[in-house]
Amino acid sequence: MAQQNGMVEKRGAGLWLTHLGLIIGVAFIFFPIWLAFVASTVEQQQIARPPMPLLPGDKLFENYARALSAGVNAPVAQMLGNSLVMALGIALGKIAISLLSAFAIVYFRFPGRKLFFWLIFLTLMLPVEVRIVPTYEVIANFGMLNSYQGLILPLIASATATFLFRQFFMTVPDELAEAARVDGAGPMRFFFDILLPMSRTNIAALFVILFIYGWNQYLWPLLITTDPDMNTIVMGIKQMFPSGDDTADWPVIMATSILAMIPPVLVVVGMQKLFIRGLVESEK
Amino acid sequence: MATVTLKNLRKSFGKTEVIHGVDIDIQDGEFIVIVGPSGCGKSTLLRMVAGLETVTSGEVGIDGRVVNDVEPMERDIAMVFQNYALYPHMSVFDNMAYGLKIGKTPKSEIETRVAQAAKMLQLEPYLARKPRELSGGQRQRVAMGRAIVRKPAVFLFDEPLSNLDAKLRVQMRLEIKALQRELGVTSLYVTHDQVEAMTLADRMIVMNGGVADQIGAPLDVYADPQTAFVAGFIGSPPTNFIEPALIGQTGAAQIGIRPEHMQITQSGQVEGSVAYAEALGAETLVHLRLAQGQMITVRQDASHPIPQEGDTVALEWAAQSLMRFDQAGKRLAD
Repeated sequence: MAQQNGMVEKRGAGLWLTHLGLIIGVAFIFFPIWLAFVASTVEQQQIARPPMPLLPGDKLFENYARALSAGVNAPVAQMLGNSLVMALGIALGKIAISLLSAFAIVYFRFPGRKLFFWLIFLTLMLPVEVRIVPTYEVIANFGMLNSYQGLILPLIASATATFLFRQFFMTVPDELAEAARVDGAGPMRFFFDILLPMSRTNIAALFVILFIYGWNQYLWPLLITTDPDMNTIVMGIKQMFPSGDDTADWPVIMATSILAMIPPVLVVVGMQKLFIRGLVESEK
Repeated sequence: MATVTLKNLRKSFGKTEVIHGVDIDIQDGEFIVIVGPSGCGKSTLLRMVAGLETVTSGEVGIDGRVVNDVEPMERDIAMVFQNYALYPHMSVFDNMAYGLKIGKTPKSEIETRVAQAAKMLQLEPYLARKPRELSGGQRQRVAMGRAIVRKPAVFLFDEPLSNLDAKLRVQMRLEIKALQRELGVTSLYVTHDQVEAMTLADRMIVMNGGVADQIGAPLDVYADPQTAFVAGFIGSPPTNFIEPALIGQTGAAQIGIRPEHMQITQSGQVEGSVAYAEALGAETLVHLRLAQGQMITVRQDASHPIPQEGDTVALEWAAQSLMRFDQAGKRLAD
């Protein structure tokens, strides 16, 4: 009994300590973002002259409007749009393709099934950076430089997502497929009516991860988009940095950084509900 | 409504043959139970009728039509699975209606049929629920509802009650029997539970290692088992097998006698000592050790005195209750 009381007390103190630790950690991580936000609301001179202000200034609308409409090389609105197309294209494309390939691998017996699975699995070991030169060659030959297809297609195949869906499909009881067969559902009907709705929490989770993956692509867009109108936001920020003796327009750059963060945050927050529902309810 | 015919039905997985030729003609409206221990091929047999397994050789006929290469859906059958196989993201209504929707049944017709089935199975209050919000028994009913709304020619049940607790199993067993009587649909029912087999079947197929050892009405199978396996499998507690020499018999490899066909007396054909006695209330199972160390179970009415453990008692039986089997386990004529 005494020990139990002790444990409760300890937990009380531990609770405060835990919170303190978390608050310090959050403050630590959040501070640079706060600084970026502050920098995006003040004038260039205030940033250049130390000490840097820690409270937001009054140029919020002005700076953001300037960034969105003009930017440095290309309007940020344009780059946001490009990034959005690319991230959505990659996320949805990857999900569609990996769902179908996982479906094929798990539910169909075709010659070389194992081989294909292992081939897909092998590509896990080849990240974009490793195969970037041949990929560039292929895309260039297809004439896809400076195009959305060029941005999206090479990144669409996903061994990770295929593997995840394969694992999920293998936990779906065989009887379900058999029941659907007895009910008269063909393979695609089974896929759309039963497998797809059952995977929706997995799809939501993957969508979040893949959207952020697509949004944060840096190297690939840097290589294949030379036209500023096709720049994506993440690489666009880097492009804004001055080369040589030009002065950097820091408020606009910081405003761009803050803007670049918003869509992934919205996706995470928006999908949170589906996540949690996926965790709480077991579907099988 | 239909007849089902199996003609020398065989199934091999790779080089291993698991069903060694089963023949049966099932009458329209008959309730056939396929019973046997695990691994005897009973589920495979059912799945071949369903069209979920291919037929290696032989014929499956439904209503006079050979359906070996016909898709499950086209066979006009409905199947109830052991783990129910309900679609987890669909409501009870949608689960039952799914097959009809695929079959392009008009919406009003779907609603009437589902409503009818729901009423029959007392599922009306649950139509909007998801399967996970139902109890095991209710899920089982939904699975049956899904089969009923199709109005199939044949019902196939694959151990439908084995995931339920004992009490519910008894209740659902009665419901299935009543339902099948009411609908008059030809049914094949797979189980490893001999009580289900005895109570449900019009005729039963006792499977052993891929062979139909015996096909017949439950009481005939009980009273007149054709093989030692059937004698041992049907009946609880199982038939005792005794060395013929022990009781002065010749010409048989083994002798079977059911526990309920023996009486404990002061002087009888054979003596043994009571190892232990299980009093179950209405009856008592007395386990005896014979002189040679062989164990024998005797089932006696509660009206008989329960013998003390360690007592030496004698057993007697009527000569016609002995079952004689040859070396291969085949029943010999008396």
